[in-house]
Amino acid sequence: MSYLEYSVKYTPTGLRKVLYLNWALVILLTAVASVGFLMLYSVAGGRFDPWAAAQMKRFGLSLSVMFVVAMVPIWFWRNLSALAYGVGVTLLVIVDLFGAVRMGAQRWIDLGFINLQPSELMKIALVMFLAAYYDWLPARKTSQPLWVAIPAVVILTPAALVMGQPDLGTAILVATAGGAMMFVAGVHWAYFAAVLTGGVALVSAVFRSRDTDWQLIEDYQFRRIDTFLNPESDPLGAGYHITQGKIAMGSGGWTGKGFMQGTQSRLNFLPEKHTDFIFNTLAEEFGFIGAFSLLTLYALIIVFCIVAAIQMKDRFSQLLTIGVAMNFFLFFSVNMAMVMGLAPVVGVPLPLVSYGGSAMLILMIGFGMVQSANIHRPR
Amino acid sequence: MRLREREITDANRRLTRRALMLGAAQLALVGGLGLRMRWMQVEQGEQFRLLAEENRINIRLLPPARGLIFDRNGVPVAANEPSYRITLVREQAGDTDLVLRRLAALLPLSDSDLARIRKELAERRGDTPVTVADRVSWDDLSRVAVNAPALPGVTPEVGLSRSYPLGPGFAHIAGYVGPVSDYDLSKIEDPDQLLRLPRFQMGKVGLESKLEDQLRGKAGTQHVEVSASGRVMRELSRVEGQPGVDVQLTIDAMLQTYCEARLSGESAAAVVIDCDSGDLLAVASAPSFDPNMFVRGISVADYKALTDNPYRPLAAKAIQGNYPPGSTFKMVTAMAALEDGIIGPEETVYCPGHLEVSNRKFHCWKRAGHGHVNLETSLRESCDVYYYELALKVGIEKLAAMAERLGVGERFNLPLSGMAGGRAPTKEWKKATFDKEWVIGDTVNASIGQGLVLASPLQLAVMTARLATGRNVMPRLVRAIDGVDQPTGRGDPMGMNENNLRMIRRAMFAVTNHQRGTAYGSRIADDTLRMAGKTGTSQVRNITEDERRRGVIRNEDLPWNRRDHALFVNFAPFDAPRVAVAVVVEHGGGGSAVAAPVARDITLQALFGGDPPLEAYPSAQRDRIRDQQDRLRDVLPRTGPSERGRA
Repeated sequence: MSYLEYSVKYTPTGLRKVLYLNWALVILLTAVASVGFLMLYSVAGGRFDPWAAAQMKRFGLSLSVMFVVAMVPIWFWRNLSALAYGVGVTLLVIVDLFGAVRMGAQRWIDLGFINLQPSELMKIALVMFLAAYYDWLPARKTSQPLWVAIPAVVILTPAALVMGQPDLGTAILVATAGGAMMFVAGVHWAYFAAVLTGGVALVSAVFRSRDTDWQLIEDYQFRRIDTFLNPESDPLGAGYHITQGKIAMGSGGWTGKGFMQGTQSRLNFLPEKHTDFIFNTLAEEFGFIGAFSLLTLYALIIVFCIVAAIQMKDRFSQLLTIGVAMNFFLFFSVNMAMVMGLAPVVGVPLPLVSYGGSAMLILMIGFGMVQSANIHRPR
Repeated sequence: MRLREREITDANRRLTRRALMLGAAQLALVGGLGLRMRWMQVEQGEQFRLLAEENRINIRLLPPARGLIFDRNGVPVAANEPSYRITLVREQAGDTDLVLRRLAALLPLSDSDLARIRKELAERRGDTPVTVADRVSWDDLSRVAVNAPALPGVTPEVGLSRSYPLGPGFAHIAGYVGPVSDYDLSKIEDPDQLLRLPRFQMGKVGLESKLEDQLRGKAGTQHVEVSASGRVMRELSRVEGQPGVDVQLTIDAMLQTYCEARLSGESAAAVVIDCDSGDLLAVASAPSFDPNMFVRGISVADYKALTDNPYRPLAAKAIQGNYPPGSTFKMVTAMAALEDGIIGPEETVYCPGHLEVSNRKFHCWKRAGHGHVNLETSLRESCDVYYYELALKVGIEKLAAMAERLGVGERFNLPLSGMAGGRAPTKEWKKATFDKEWVIGDTVNASIGQGLVLASPLQLAVMTARLATGRNVMPRLVRAIDGVDQPTGRGDPMGMNENNLRMIRRAMFAVTNHQRGTAYGSRIADDTLRMAGKTGTSQVRNITEDERRRGVIRNEDLPWNRRDHALFVNFAPFDAPRVAVAVVVEHGGGGSAVAAPVARDITLQALFGGDPPLEAYPSAQRDRIRDQQDRLRDVLPRTGPSERGRA
């Protein structure tokens, strides 16, 4: 029994909805995406092909999808949550069984027109489902063990499936986002303290398991961790990414080398310069000022989402908005930490900036729901 | 209902609180990222900038163009020609097998070439260019360039490589260049960085080697921006090097090639020296070889063919050969005696066909003897006994001193490899070298240029030039370096009695112009160009008493390498000497029959700067000479002064 149902009559209808869009958020998202176009244009050596033009088309499409999603009343999405979660889990199972193997991992389903990455879909589906769950659950039951165990299973099932692909990075991100939602929903502190302790124990167990019969994670994941801890140990092998990325970033200085003047990316020292390491190109060409500006844009998006969430009246809208924002935050902060040498290279793209379609589409669907919550909130 | 309301309000408040906490945590992390950025880009920026520069900038050496070598008229002897090669980059090729198949259809690639290319492609990094074909012709290169769209990863490249347009003609003088070996590097203190460049070539032999420092030039440097794969993206700055300086020789390419052609078929050497300046106009050794083979990298089979050849094509006999000068040495003996005053030019010696010295018989080449001979008749008919007597009277010390004054045994300072020293033997030298006492027989043998006396063809030519001019003519090979004229070898008068010199020259004149002269058959008929010379036939074996009794075996019946060396020295024109010539034909037989005709042809060629008119030859020989000229003209390369030449 949600507060939402009683307030339907106060929500805007028809074209008036457009007035209630959170336009600041739209502008911020477009600004971030534009930074992406600029950088993709730059890393292609001053050409729209092969990346910038395609990315602009995708953003245009994603933006339209966001508007459509925003126009649909938020309770429709709430009612769809269980279905979305079910489909997400099913697709994850399918991809584990039949998915195409790429870059050493099974992550994709080829749908013909688009390569669907179920783990991306899962991110938004999980946020929806958890928001709906806590919307439905009476607040006083939130911290009761049974009612804590259910969302825990809901989170860990897709996380485990993603880990099985194997994609440890995304699995941790999915679990973290879910945990954050449980935290905001009001689950008691003690549970988080317990999980944290358990997590530390698990990490040490993982390291202990290395080179034993019961090794818990893959060799390549160990190597990534090694490289992260000491990139100079293998400057031309696995550590090459990080070392060159840091050189690109650091050599930008205060103001950078100038648009399209980044030697590290232009001369191909920088790997994955259009995807995971695009932030280094930005930092190299526009320096600290450019890099910090993008970081500020990202932070503003988070701030706007949290402010909007607090203003909302029903738990589903609030939790959904915070969940989407949390996912977005995890995306960009982990990517930045990774390319700055603060986190292992886990293959997380920079949201809206890195070249890539499916992640952007899912993200914009998420923001579409945030907009929908914003529009359809009772006033 | 109120409870429910409160529950909802409480839950809402908690959610707001928690959302703010989460937001604060997120912003704190964002702040941390910002600080990290600042630390990397601002505090450590300088350090990272250096690393980025190090990444991208490569300093490359620019090999300078090697100095050119020209003959005295500006004909190129050693040049740099563009050399084309074709490289393949595996990464860019895609289907390398397909590309190679297409290349093989365009270029003459053997199966072993293809095997080598495949092996290299497999071993090297994917972005390293592998040489598919080196020194391809312009036609082949064009074919590849035209088909470029069908040949991804294939690049035609242009470089400079040394070439010797005159081929064998200058192999022994110019020498050749070759790749720098570790041995070469080990011999040089603090070697030029250039020498460490792959594919760089340095002088190995001859002028190329001796004038390496001047010819090589100074390397330039180029700062280039390179991509991560090592590909040069653009040039940032360039400091041009200094090309090597050009060297002009005193050699006349036309005469040189003529000599080479005239000597072909023999194992022989010829030297032509300008009497006035000491300029070496030709320094020819036969047979020769194509130095271009060495630049390209000679095959084992070709090299073996050169080293196994009994005529020793690799030897620069004209300057490296030590030969007993035979009777061409008689002028030295005569001059030593005349200068010493122990004998007058008209004083006679009786030649019975031999001379007995301390119970040993020294024979004259003419068993019946020459009877009474004076200086002119003895030299004209090459009587040996006359010179035995002279040498016994004047003694070996004065003989050796005269030989050295005339250039025999003198190591000239020419930029050539392995210059022969010759030998003017003395008692001390024999003692020091063989630990044996000098015997009188040694003196007797030395008097006719046999035994311990040795001379190179170059020394014989210098000796002749000095006799012809009375000046201390010094041979000169390099006329100008970088346009700066080098000192000539005209020389000061040697301080010998002019009358004595005149007597010697007249005797030499008789050798070629008196009917009884040993080289009368090889005279010059043109009165203004008469030549004076001396034949020499030097034994390379001892003739035993036993053999002498049975009759000396004729040269033609001996195996080639035991036959006598044929020598001839001359200068011309007699009245105003312009050139002096020395010819040595190894194991050629008699000097008058074999060496003298060659020397006369070369002399006439030098005097006329081309084929002489037939009138210069005695009338009976003209038909034969015409045939010979026709034959040689076909063999001779066209070497007229070219437009490319710079003097």
